[in-house]
Amino acid sequence: MPSLGADMTEGTLVQWNVKPGDRIKRGDIIAVVGTEKADIEVEVYETGTVEKLIAKPGDKLPVGTPIAVIQGEGAAPSAAAPPLPPAKPSERVKASPMARKLAQELGVDLEMIKGTGPHGAIERRDVEEAAAKLKEAAKPTEAPAPAAAGMRHAIAVAMARSNREIPHYYLSTQIDMSAALEWLQAFNQKRPIENRILPAALLLKAVARGLVLVPELNGFWADDRLKASPEVHLGVAISLRGGGLMIPAILSAQQKSIEEMMAALRDLITRARAGRLRSSEITAGTVTVTNLGDLGVETVFGVIYPPQVALVGLGKIMERPWAAARGMLGVKAVVTATLAADHRATDGHRGAQFLQTLDALLQEPEKL
Amino acid sequence: MTESDIQAAIFDGLRKIAPEADPRQVAPAANLREALDIDSFDFLNFLIGLHQRLGVEIPEADYGRLTSLSALLQYLAQKLTRAPAS
Repeated sequence: MPSLGADMTEGTLVQWNVKPGDRIKRGDIIAVVGTEKADIEVEVYETGTVEKLIAKPGDKLPVGTPIAVIQGEGAAPSAAAPPLPPAKPSERVKASPMARKLAQELGVDLEMIKGTGPHGAIERRDVEEAAAKLKEAAKPTEAPAPAAAGMRHAIAVAMARSNREIPHYYLSTQIDMSAALEWLQAFNQKRPIENRILPAALLLKAVARGLVLVPELNGFWADDRLKASPEVHLGVAISLRGGGLMIPAILSAQQKSIEEMMAALRDLITRARAGRLRSSEITAGTVTVTNLGDLGVETVFGVIYPPQVALVGLGKIMERPWAAARGMLGVKAVVTATLAADHRATDGHRGAQFLQTLDALLQEPEKL
Repeated sequence: MTESDIQAAIFDGLRKIAPEADPRQVAPAANLREALDIDSFDFLNFLIGLHQRLGVEIPEADYGRLTSLSALLQYLAQKLTRAPAS
């Protein structure tokens, strides 16, 4: 059972797309797994032949449980689940044995509890209090639909962990978008409607390029150190129409042209909302971008998706008074870009350099 | 093409991107994107759908005018009168 998120502990096999004897190659979608958030298409990580299907549709299994046996090319058969992503820092939650036992009995997630014992360790009374709060929160009149409840729980766990573990710092800057929008308008004018590019894709492209130039914001905090990623797998926060959100990634975003970025974004949004995301897209994100400009939001103060070390927030592109030459005041299209970053991984100085870089890149959109 | 044909095309397009909503409940003058919580991607997909179904060219410069059902109906009706779809 693959881990399809930093806080996923178990999943349900929804269906197999293969049968014993089928030839498969790396990247093929072999199954669909149900998580708290959505059904995810599971890709296989090696080329070979399906020898045996261990799990049956409907089976609910802990992460790491073998679900199939794949005979790799030139290798002995081995029981294997797709490998776990590098998404979860290795540090365990500090809790007394009694607290762990009680939490298991009462169905309480230790990740959600702030310990009051020595060095923040979770004790029995912390678990009892958490269980009481859960019981209170689960009163029938307030209970959302099961799917929505699962989604909210998954978001709650990830975001509570982020606020508990990550010392955030926030920076914000206003970027003149005139050059970028003029370039985009000219670019789109020559294209049929199906091939037009939205400003959101241009902004993503600039963010990906900026992260190549400031790589300390792209990667994970794990084992008490920053593990920067050479690839920019751009996690894009996508709101779902039924509520909640998914953060699938545009893989190797730094290599994509503006047209490829737009196509990737469209594809990702369409599949996220149709419940057809792939496992690699769910687990690979090295940084997250949240764009709430469509809802009129001016400034986004984001919460980092652990164990990533940064989140870039983008607001609405809006006309603002802007200082022009010789002390004159003009009106420009401006976007507010924010950075929420992990202070363990970087300092404000480096974060500011990223926003400065982003600004500079957007002044020369033709070079993106 | 009649006004009700155009309206049917609009409603079908809206149901594709906002299947949980009933576009008939949206007031003609209401801001369509706000009323149905449509983001810029879905709105572009909606316009692409209208273009493909009705054969109407919709320049990017006109997006800002297409804010409500009544504005959309009027815009598409004018375009279709000038250059009917084949």
